[in-house]
Amino acid sequence: MRKSSNISRLFVLVGLLVAGCTKSGGDANEILFGEYGSMTGSESSFGTSTHRGVEMALDEANAAGGFKGKKFRTISYDDQGKSEEAVTAMTKLITRDKVLLVIGEVASSRSIAAGAIAQQYKIPMISPASTNPKVTQLGNYIFRVCFIDPFQGKVMSRFAFENLKKKKAAILRDIRSDYSVGLADYFIKDFKAQGGEIVTDVAYSSGDIDFKSQLTNIRSAKPDVVFVPGYYTEVGLIARQAKELSLNLPLLGGDGWDSDKLTEIGGDAIVGHYFSNHYSAEDKRPAVVEFIAKYRKRYNETPDSMAVLAFDATLVAVDAVKKAKDLTPASIRDALAATKGVPGVTGEITLNENRDPVKPAVVMKVAGKQRYSYVTTINP
Amino acid sequence: MQAFLQNLVNGMALGGVYALVALGYTMVYGILQFINFAHSEIFMLGAFAGLFLAGYFAGMEPPALMLCVVMVGSMAACMAVGVLAERLAYRPLRSAPRLNVLITAVGVSLLLQNLGQIVFGATPRVFPSVIETVQYHPWPDSDLVLTNIQLIVIAVSAALVLALTLLVHRTKMGTAMRAVSFDIDVASLMGIPTDRIIVFTFLLGSSLAGCAAILYGLCYPKIEPMMGVVIGMKAFVAAVFGGIGSLAGAALGGLVLGLAESFTVYYISSTFRDAIAFALLILVLLIRPSGLFGVTRKEKV
Repeated sequence: MRKSSNISRLFVLVGLLVAGCTKSGGDANEILFGEYGSMTGSESSFGTSTHRGVEMALDEANAAGGFKGKKFRTISYDDQGKSEEAVTAMTKLITRDKVLLVIGEVASSRSIAAGAIAQQYKIPMISPASTNPKVTQLGNYIFRVCFIDPFQGKVMSRFAFENLKKKKAAILRDIRSDYSVGLADYFIKDFKAQGGEIVTDVAYSSGDIDFKSQLTNIRSAKPDVVFVPGYYTEVGLIARQAKELSLNLPLLGGDGWDSDKLTEIGGDAIVGHYFSNHYSAEDKRPAVVEFIAKYRKRYNETPDSMAVLAFDATLVAVDAVKKAKDLTPASIRDALAATKGVPGVTGEITLNENRDPVKPAVVMKVAGKQRYSYVTTINP
Repeated sequence: MQAFLQNLVNGMALGGVYALVALGYTMVYGILQFINFAHSEIFMLGAFAGLFLAGYFAGMEPPALMLCVVMVGSMAACMAVGVLAERLAYRPLRSAPRLNVLITAVGVSLLLQNLGQIVFGATPRVFPSVIETVQYHPWPDSDLVLTNIQLIVIAVSAALVLALTLLVHRTKMGTAMRAVSFDIDVASLMGIPTDRIIVFTFLLGSSLAGCAAILYGLCYPKIEPMMGVVIGMKAFVAAVFGGIGSLAGAALGGLVLGLAESFTVYYISSTFRDAIAFALLILVLLIRPSGLFGVTRKEKV
C-alpha cells in the first residue's frame, strides 16, 4: 500500500515538473512580440482597442510576407487595469515568454510601473498612448508613439482660453492616476501663463462613484469652464452628476475620455463637451480613411484613438525589426531610437532624442451616442 | 449656506442607501449574533438582477411601474440568494463556535465576488435610467438642486425603516423575532419555530439589500461585481456605529455616515472619503463601545 502511493506521488511530481517547463522564446521561425493592456475593468475599452490595433498591424505585416521568412506573433496579457498586474504581465512576457519587445500600455500609471521592469531587463517597450512624460524618462528602452502631456495640457488650455473664451477654470483631477495629475498640472501652468484664473482645484480617486461634493465645491467657486482630465468611466459619472446639480458649464478633458463607453456611461450629460485626442475619425487623409474602412470591416466599429495608436506602435515596431542589425532586443532598441518618417495612421512618426514623437492634437466634441465631431487641430 | 444645504441633501441620499444595507447586517446580528459578511454580495447580485430585469422590461410604461417591477424582482433575487446562503452555509454551523460561521460568511462573500467576476465580467456596466432625472429648484435664487431620484431614495429608505420597526415591534412575527434574539433555545421551548424565524430574518434583510441595490443603481449607475465591497464595509461600519442589533441605530448610523462623507469631501478633501467612516467607527467604539443605540449585554459569570 505504502509503496504504490509513494510511486504515484513520484509520478505526480514529475508530471508537475514537466508541465511547468513551457517552451519559451517562441519558435526559431517567428518574431515574438508581447502586449499587455487593461482588457477588463474600468478602462477595458483601452485594452480591447489596443489589442485590435496590434492584431491588425501584425496580420498585415504577415500578409506582406513577414520578415526574412519569419512570421510575427504576439502574446497578450490582461492587466485588469491594475498596476501590480501590469508588472506581473511584463515580468511574464520577458522572463517566461522571452519576447523581443513589448507593446503597451495606455494608462501612464501602468506604463510607468511595467516600464521600469522592461528597462531593468533591457527589453524595448513601446507605449501606444501613455502621455505622461515620466514614461519615456524611465530609460532608453522605453518609447512611445503619441504626444506628451506638457503639450496636451497646453492644447486644452489654449482651446479654453482662445476658442471658448473662458478665463476662469476649475480643475477636477483623479488623484490616483499619474496621467490625470500630470495633465492637470500642465493645463494649470499654461492657463495661468495666458492670464487665466484657476478658481478651485479638487480631486477624486479612480473607482469613486459619488462626485457631488466636489461638484458642489466647483459650483460654489463659480468658474466658467471645468477641466476633467480623467478616464472615461469616472468622467461619464461626473458629467451625469454635474447635470443633476445643474452645473451647466462646458467640461474639457484629455485623451482619457476616448472610448465608445463614454457616451454609454455619461448618457446625454456628456454630450456637448470637449476633449483633446490623437486622431479624428472624420479626418479625410487617405491613410485614415483606409484604416477606418479596414477596421470597420473586421470589427464592425469605428476605431478609437487607442486602436489607431496601437496600430501605429506596431508599425514602428515592425519597421525597427526590419531595420535592426539582428534580432536581439538591443539592436531593435537602436533601430527604434532611429525611427524616422514611419507612415502611421496618425501621421508620420519620427522619434526625438527623448524617444517621443512630435505630433499635433485634435479637439473633439461629444456629438451623440458614440459619435464625436471634429472641432480643430492644434499644432505643437 | 446653499453649499451646506446641497451637501446635506447629497449626504442624506447617500445615507439612505447605507441605512438600507446596514439594516440587513443589524437584523441578522440581532437574531443570530453573527455578522453576515455575504450581505454586501447579496446587494451586488441585487444590482445585477435589477440590471437584467431593466433590460428585459425596457420601454415599459409608465416608468414608475417599471421601477416597481424591477425593484420587486431584485428583492426576490436577493431573497433567494440569502435563503440559499443560510440553508447551505450557515444552518449546518448553527451549533458551531461563532468564529467558524464568521469565516464561512467571509468565504461565501469571496465566492460570490469572484463568481460574479467570472459570470458577469469585471468591466463595469451601466444601470439604465429607469426614471428620467428631474431637477427641482426649491429656491429660485439659490443654487440648491434636488433631484427626484434623491427624494425617492430618502423617502423609500425612511418608509422601509419605519415599516421594519413596526413589523418588529407590533406584529406577532416581530415578537417571535425578538424572542429568538433574546434566547434562541428558550424561544424554541416556547413553541417558536426558530428555523422559520431565522429564514424569515434572512429574507427580510436580503430584500432590503435588493431595494438598496436598485436605489443605488438609480443614483450611481456603475454596476460591477466588486461594488459590494466598499458599500458593505461602510454599511457595516454604519451598523456598528449605530449599535449593532438595533434597527434605529442602523438607520441613524447610515444617515450619519452619508452626511459625514459628503461634508468631509466638501470641506476637507476627497482623499479622506473612506477614512472618515473608519475614524467615526473608532471614535464611537472608544467612547461608547456598544454603539449609539446599542444594547450593553451583561454577561453573568
